[in-house]
Amino acid sequence: MDKKYQTIIGMETHAELKTLSKMFCGCKNDPFHAEKPNIYTCPVCLGLPGALPVANKKAIEWTVKLGLALGCKINSFSKFDRKHYFYPDLPKGYQISQYDLPFCYDGKVETSFGPVGITRVHLEEDTGKLIHQKVNGRNVSLIDFNRSSVPLVEVVTEPEIYSSAQAKEYAKKLRQIIRYLDISDCDMEKGGMRLEANISLMKEGETKLPKYKVELKNINSFRFLEKGIEYEIERQKEILEKGLTPDQETRGYNAEKNITYTQRSKEEAADYRYFPDPDLPPIRFNNSWLNEIKSSVPEPLETVFIRWEKDFKINKQLSELLFETADEAKKLEEVFSNLSKSKLPVDKFVNLVVHKKITIDLFKQSVEEIISIYKKSVAVDDISDEELKKIIDKIIRANPQAVRDLKAGKTQSINFLVGQVMREAKKKIEFQRLKGLIISMLKMS
Amino acid sequence: MVKKNLTKEDILHIAKLGNLTLNEKEIEVFKKQLSSVIDYIDKLQEIDTKDVEPSSQITGLTDVLREDKVDDKRTLTPEQALANTQSKEAHFFKVKAILTE
Amino acid sequence: MDLLGLTIKDVLEKLKTGVFSCRELTEKCFVNIKKNDKKINAFLTLNEEQALKKANEYDELIKNDKEIFDKKPLLGIPIALKDLYTTKNLRTTAGSKIIGDYYPPFDATVTKKLINAGAIIIGKTNQDAWGHGSSGENTDYEPTRNPYDLSRVPGGSSSGSGAAVAYGAALVGTGTDTGSSIRLPAGFCNLIGLKPTYGRVSRYGIIAMASSFDTIGHMTKTVYDNAKVLEVTAGLDPYDSTTVPIKIDQYTKILGQNIKGLKIGLPKEYFVKGLDNKVNNSIKDSLKILEKLGATVKEVSLPHTYYAMAAYYILVPSEVSSNLSRYDGIRYGGAREIFGAEAKRRIMLGSYTLSSGYYDAYYLKAAKVRTLIKQDFEKAFKEVDVLVTPISPTLPFKIGEKTDDPLQMYLSDICLCPVNLAGIPGLSVPSGFVDGLPVGMQIIGPQFSEELLYKVAYLFEQETQYYKIRPQFKNG
Repeated sequence: MDKKYQTIIGMETHAELKTLSKMFCGCKNDPFHAEKPNIYTCPVCLGLPGALPVANKKAIEWTVKLGLALGCKINSFSKFDRKHYFYPDLPKGYQISQYDLPFCYDGKVETSFGPVGITRVHLEEDTGKLIHQKVNGRNVSLIDFNRSSVPLVEVVTEPEIYSSAQAKEYAKKLRQIIRYLDISDCDMEKGGMRLEANISLMKEGETKLPKYKVELKNINSFRFLEKGIEYEIERQKEILEKGLTPDQETRGYNAEKNITYTQRSKEEAADYRYFPDPDLPPIRFNNSWLNEIKSSVPEPLETVFIRWEKDFKINKQLSELLFETADEAKKLEEVFSNLSKSKLPVDKFVNLVVHKKITIDLFKQSVEEIISIYKKSVAVDDISDEELKKIIDKIIRANPQAVRDLKAGKTQSINFLVGQVMREAKKKIEFQRLKGLIISMLKMS
Repeated sequence: MVKKNLTKEDILHIAKLGNLTLNEKEIEVFKKQLSSVIDYIDKLQEIDTKDVEPSSQITGLTDVLREDKVDDKRTLTPEQALANTQSKEAHFFKVKAILTE
Repeated sequence: MDLLGLTIKDVLEKLKTGVFSCRELTEKCFVNIKKNDKKINAFLTLNEEQALKKANEYDELIKNDKEIFDKKPLLGIPIALKDLYTTKNLRTTAGSKIIGDYYPPFDATVTKKLINAGAIIIGKTNQDAWGHGSSGENTDYEPTRNPYDLSRVPGGSSSGSGAAVAYGAALVGTGTDTGSSIRLPAGFCNLIGLKPTYGRVSRYGIIAMASSFDTIGHMTKTVYDNAKVLEVTAGLDPYDSTTVPIKIDQYTKILGQNIKGLKIGLPKEYFVKGLDNKVNNSIKDSLKILEKLGATVKEVSLPHTYYAMAAYYILVPSEVSSNLSRYDGIRYGGAREIFGAEAKRRIMLGSYTLSSGYYDAYYLKAAKVRTLIKQDFEKAFKEVDVLVTPISPTLPFKIGEKTDDPLQMYLSDICLCPVNLAGIPGLSVPSGFVDGLPVGMQIIGPQFSEELLYKVAYLFEQETQYYKIRPQFKNG
């Protein structure tokens, strides 16, 4: 590892909230499954003359919920501000966002490399979507406003990420938390969660943060995040070694070539001319509203993992595979408790679920239903060895090739034979029992 | 302190912020007119507003929010949404290609 | 049928009793328009076919439903809508060429309310483009002329709406008032013009000029007419977060109550040099009449008035530059080059005052001065019930007289703009004539005191009857 430079990374993550309606109007919030472009628009999200915004209460509450889950303080007085820039996917010529009084600030996310400070969590509206195409031989951009004004939560970290691995871990953990709260699906491929990293290198011995930073934008996978950062670090190192300073700019990541490339140079930082949006009265969180939101925040993930390890002997890696949302976790724990009380093995249950030997639906099925499914799957039917041997005999005779294969060392054939026996018997029989009987009957050792 | 005599560069910068392209004549005229208006509005610097709260809103309202429900009473059909544009393609709005690379 | 002699009150009675039909009334409006609008330019778009269709429908309704006038309080009333008001499938231009071909797919809330109340839209009226102006001369089209003297301005920015009611093309001219734009044309055209309290009437669907200043009001010949319309347009709108959940008063019901003991304040800062002597005398005479009606008059002070215009011309262009950002020619309208000179000026000024490095010195500073001006009014209303001022320091001026110097034009609104900074209501009331030209008087009250303003204006109007003086179309 090169000790000459310290990598400094700050990350900005956007996640689309899965509210039913958009942020400032009642249009359906479903840009990913819309059958056609521009079917979920209205004067407000299309930016027609005279249209006015009205804020979505749930989106605000979910933003605060996320902030609380990230250990943030909540601004009891907050507002929306207009952020001005011109771009075809931004219908009003400004984005309604938050500037100096975000809903949440000053939180923290733990990673195995150390804590990452959360500067702020704020709420804004998404833009329309641009698709680049050739039409009649000309390069054009097509605009779909189904996504315009969908609520977008933005999480900004302090520049306290020091490696590509830590960045990846942080981003994964953030997604895990957001999904745990069930406020966003974070579908990265569709753009439901977007990652941005601000990367600079600090020379060894320097105490002040570097004067430049390079913004790596619109990364939609953890792998690309890691690789993009790694490429950037090398690219910046080369420039610094020459005694020069990397340009302050925005870059994208090209996965095919595994390089970053210039998107927009920031010769002058954009002047967004923020001012408080006069169309939207400010938001004041009184104690009762704040307490209501606080009580909707589930216990931290870490607490769940620790308890499941202790009470049910399920380790964290396994636990992570079992659920996404807090509601799912709660239900699962009920199942575990029930099994435990009935002295049924929880780890066996977990095993079957993880290996997809049984399928359960944590949303639709009740605890009782889930337990009954489990019991059925491990239940074995009553059948005597006598009867079983008769059937095995029949199957062995009917499948000479499989028997030859098995004797020749093709161990998969045992699965086939076991399956055949069970089919014939029309009963569920323990695999090991059948295997043992078949092998002994074939006089294999 | 703030400038009172705007230069051509100032005017071009401000025009860029407002996404306006001005011709030479406009630049000259606006230079004079805007400088004179800014001269006038500069008199606000005389007032002491040290402990005064700014008023960005004058209704005194707070927390005007809506329930998270789909309300398609205002939802437009794509035909309606696209009715006033000069440039469209199928159900999309169309512009010259935006280069990002 | 003598259109110029009719009020809403008259028309409703005559429609009820069958003296004439909606159809006849509507047709008469269009005859009048065809005769006079070429010289006055009050209208940008006419709605003749649809209007006549509605008139026929309403005539049927009147025949068959005895209670229809209760359900539709403005049934058959011809109205002219300022072209900032979005009207579904009816061309809406904001007085601008950039959206000269814009056909909205929806109605503004107030448009809907007026239609549901039975009003008939005669057409969309001319205005200073985007509301930027006090004379009507900043329209991208032919400027509207004052029906009392065609060589003079009708006042702006709701110039067409004022002229339309003044020459009898409609009985209501709707407008917006951001700094002067209803009260000034009302004053210059001998009409009652209401700038309501900010938040009293929904802005949804009304093309925005300055979001924290725009108010939605209207002009009529008489106080009763004006109050009747406000009963329809006022109210909370779930589509506009800045409408205030305050009950709607029965504005027409208090008309006729006396004003004995009413305390009137005269803000001394509004009666300074630059105020035309004749205008000043007209206001003084009107005050004497108000005293005769039982009011007392005393001088008050609004000490920060001197800074009001500067604060206004920072905050309003800031919001304007923001609200005009959406006109990029992609979803509607043409290229930004098509903006007129005044629009470009305000976009530039507003971009400057919001820009990095200048925000604190301009926008933030002006927002603080706004608080001081608001407090000035609050303090004054502890001493008096209403304030009275001239509408304009001058008589209606000649077309072209002030167009060379934008700053000159800005300063003519000195009596009117501070009211928008404070968000309080102002009512323009005809105060008489000087040299054949209308003089307007402004009555200002605290937030949501429209009832009181109407009460005062009604008695004054009954006493003076200036609304009966018709336009002469001089210098035509």
